[in-house]
Amino acid sequence: MKKLDTYADMRAVYADTLIEIAKDDDKVVVMDADLMAANGTKGFKDAYPDRMINAGVAEANMVGVAAGLASQGFIPFASTFGCFAARRAYDQFFLSANYAKQNVKLVGSDPGVTAQFNGGTHMPFCDITLMRVIPNLVVLDPCDTVSLHKLTKAIYEYKGPVYMRLHRKGATTIYKDDQEFEIGKGVVIKDGTDVTLIANGLVMVTEAIKAEKALAAEGISAAVIDMHTIKPLDEALVAEYAKKTGAIVTCENGQKIGGLGGAVSEYLSENMPTLMKRVAVDDVFGEVGTQDYLQERFGLTSEKIVEAAKSLVKK
Amino acid sequence: MEAEKRTFLEQKAKEIRVLTIDEVGYLGVGHIGGAMSVVDILTVLYYSKMNVDPKNPKMETRDKLVVSKGHSGPALYAVLADKGFFPKEWLHTLNHGGTNLPSHCDMNRTPGIDFTTGSLGQGSSAAMGIALADKMKGNDVNTYLIIGDGESQEGQIWEAAMFGAHYKLGNLIAFTDYNKMQIDGETADVMGIDDITTKWNGFGWHVQRIDGHNVVEIERAITNAQQVTERPSMIVCDTIKGKGFAPGEGKVGSHSMAFTYETAKEAIALLQGEK
Ligand SMILES: Cc1ncc(C[n+]2csc(CCOP(=O)(O)OP(=O)(O)O)c2C)c(N)n1
Ligand SMILES: [Mg+2]
Repeated sequence: MKKLDTYADMRAVYADTLIEIAKDDDKVVVMDADLMAANGTKGFKDAYPDRMINAGVAEANMVGVAAGLASQGFIPFASTFGCFAARRAYDQFFLSANYAKQNVKLVGSDPGVTAQFNGGTHMPFCDITLMRVIPNLVVLDPCDTVSLHKLTKAIYEYKGPVYMRLHRKGATTIYKDDQEFEIGKGVVIKDGTDVTLIANGLVMVTEAIKAEKALAAEGISAAVIDMHTIKPLDEALVAEYAKKTGAIVTCENGQKIGGLGGAVSEYLSENMPTLMKRVAVDDVFGEVGTQDYLQERFGLTSEKIVEAAKSLVKK
Repeated sequence: MEAEKRTFLEQKAKEIRVLTIDEVGYLGVGHIGGAMSVVDILTVLYYSKMNVDPKNPKMETRDKLVVSKGHSGPALYAVLADKGFFPKEWLHTLNHGGTNLPSHCDMNRTPGIDFTTGSLGQGSSAAMGIALADKMKGNDVNTYLIIGDGESQEGQIWEAAMFGAHYKLGNLIAFTDYNKMQIDGETADVMGIDDITTKWNGFGWHVQRIDGHNVVEIERAITNAQQVTERPSMIVCDTIKGKGFAPGEGKVGSHSMAFTYETAKEAIALLQGEK
């Protein structure tokens, strides 16, 4: 692996991590559905041509084949755009992988607004919500090169089905190389006392960090948590910060219904009702545009987070 | 076909290619390869075969087209603009925030688009539904469908194929844009679909195989297909990805390509220089 902060694209981190894992485990195979070039898994093919299985434009079949491979001891990492991973192959993932308890890692790329010019048909606002309702499934949305690298290794170690989002184009490095990551354990990026911003994914963790600075300038102390695992939710951390700050803003690059904000509010409303706002896409479909345009259009900006935080914090 | 008509259609196809290159080049990135490979099919459909009315895009008794390989929207937009469904200036709004012309065909945004596509395979089933609806209503019109060769790997294509034959959709005429390429390489290397004509035959369709860049052959194949009333028709078109766009012609990389407006203008000049 190159140094993690030198990567230009997250997809290359994903591919290089798989290459690293595959070196010591010949059961690791990588699959794609005619999006190898797009998802970076082409890099894996170059390293292990015999362990890269391209299913063609046939996502449902790919996930079904992955389950069959898993039943014979292989560990398939199958990727496609998040919209098709979540929707086109949902029944196959639900039954052949999850219900049948097979060790399939499904990776959905171009989360939310990052689908940009591919537009509404390709813009996965729905994947987290759909995946969350699959019993026992681990659901992740890493935000930077370090967390993507370490969580990819963690899901390899974990025995069981996983859905992970992959921000494919562009990269950012938020963490130091020695930061530890554990499935189901959120990371406190910045501590604070007035309000807690619980975010995930590259787009919204970036916005939450910006919002924290803007709030600080106005004398509001915000904690920032990277909730890279949506399921199982780190309830202890949510409870700790709900108690400590008394106000929570969730920030996610996806549908407001049933996503990260949904998970946090489900937990809090039953256990310790807390003032909350969800910064997320409000029950609409995606559309084409640049990422900047789309973030504005769907309200996924640091300004919206600041606005939400201020509405909760009593002066 | 009379020489005059042939010249007209060939000239029109060239104009559509010019508009398409300009449209995508103005934005600077897009699915130019699969757009250029269907231009001749679209040209024969819209300038010779299809009964449509730009002033009344939802006319009940129009012929319909589903471009199931929805990423070829930009070529269809060029045709629809040229036909007068909307102003040509719209072409420069491709994929801009708030545009009526998104990457993938959208029936709720663009006048003249008969079905929303972009998730490969889905347009095929929708086309069966449209054809069935016209049959049930007694409308004597055709539904046309264009699918890709990579797209033919989707199981849904074959579910629709079975359906079309079972319901004897003689009013449905489909084209496979057989440009032998998809995103990750040549179709034969990624996931072979051959023998594609035998497959469609096996599903009970009337099948023809033609040069998808020859307007005379396209016209003749459609005419043949229109005579077949008890079965749907598949016209497998041998095509070249990126056809007529010099920097991308015959290249896998033309699938989705970034290029400057300068490059677009050079490619257009080259195309117009050909006789
Ligand atoms: C269900 C689905 N899976 C994946 C994609 C992403 N995708 C867009 S075009 C394409 C390749 C299509 O190849 P082909 O049908 O041969 O198109 P053409 O060569 O005509 O451009 C893929 C995989 C998609 N749009 N829909
Ligand atoms: Mg093709």
